[in-house]
Amino acid sequence: MLLTSNDGGWSPYLAGALLGILAIVSVLATTQLLGKTTYLGASTTFVRAAGFLEQAVTERDLSENAYFTKTKIKVDWQFMLVVGIFFGAFISSVTDRSFRFEMVPPIWRKRFGPSIGKRAIGAFFGGIVAMIGARLADGCPSGHGLSGMMQLSVSGLVALVMFFVVGVLVAAFVYNRRSS
Amino acid sequence: MNLLNTEQWLGLATGILFGFLLQKGRVLRFDKQIGALLLQDMTILKFMLSSILVGMVGILGLSELGIITLSHKPMNVGAVLVGGTLFGAGWAVMGFCPGTSVGALGEGRWHALFAIAGMVVGAAIYAEIYPLLQTTVLTWQDYGKIGLPQALGLSTWLVVAAFWGVTLLLFLLFEKRGL
Repeated sequence: MLLTSNDGGWSPYLAGALLGILAIVSVLATTQLLGKTTYLGASTTFVRAAGFLEQAVTERDLSENAYFTKTKIKVDWQFMLVVGIFFGAFISSVTDRSFRFEMVPPIWRKRFGPSIGKRAIGAFFGGIVAMIGARLADGCPSGHGLSGMMQLSVSGLVALVMFFVVGVLVAAFVYNRRSS
Repeated sequence: MNLLNTEQWLGLATGILFGFLLQKGRVLRFDKQIGALLLQDMTILKFMLSSILVGMVGILGLSELGIITLSHKPMNVGAVLVGGTLFGAGWAVMGFCPGTSVGALGEGRWHALFAIAGMVVGAAIYAEIYPLLQTTVLTWQDYGKIGLPQALGLSTWLVVAAFWGVTLLLFLLFEKRGL
């Protein structure tokens, strides 16, 4: 109903509204404590993670790369935010017993079968394409979708519409075809 | 505690609450994300739109009071249209977005690891092709960092009221259809 969901979670309306309050408090806290208003986001962190890995694995000097000059490789507020999401989800799922080991989710299994390899390939290459898109658009459903819309940004609205419209078309093509 | 600085502690604390709420709203799962794209289960839209409705009132209000500053991302046409298309396509196959992938891993959905690895590789590829994009897609047309009220020439609160109205109607539709 309005407060809980049928699987022991909270109503998405309630959890979402609480996230709205968190977003407001977070904007205030970053402004007061860090001196700069900072909005929720996630995808820039993947650039920094890539930078750290490249620095560790190769001897390359990334300071020559224009994008890493623009996006400095450091563990900043957003990096720790993304780390925190992992722990928050872990705490929530363990305490309400919804933590489940899953390698192949049901909708995927129905269309592509129980192969972990197929799922891994889909997730990996889907991830590559999605992240190139998110960096090009300068945001993901957190940065554009949540933070952008909360500020009524034109770019946030257009990006969110694009994410969903293309997502719906591609999902229909990928998951709705009859298996031969 | 010198392990992390203030900025990092604040990010971590905010992230833990963010992840907790994402998990409680049950929006992290592949089946919820793809369920929305297959128009079968609107949980993630209910969650996102509810947070936007609440967050926008506080954030726009605090901005009008001069307490915080807005930070619009640029409305660069090539960036948002091409980037949005690529993201939408990749998202439909991956079944996670950057923020939820990490949370999904936290609730035991280990296939999110492959998605996270792909996204790190995607970010590295983007850094390599960035100079090329700077002289092509990113040069098409840039309307700058604009807000919707500004673009429409309407008052902020009128746009907020309209957004609330449309969203509440959408919620009614979702509930009526059992989505």
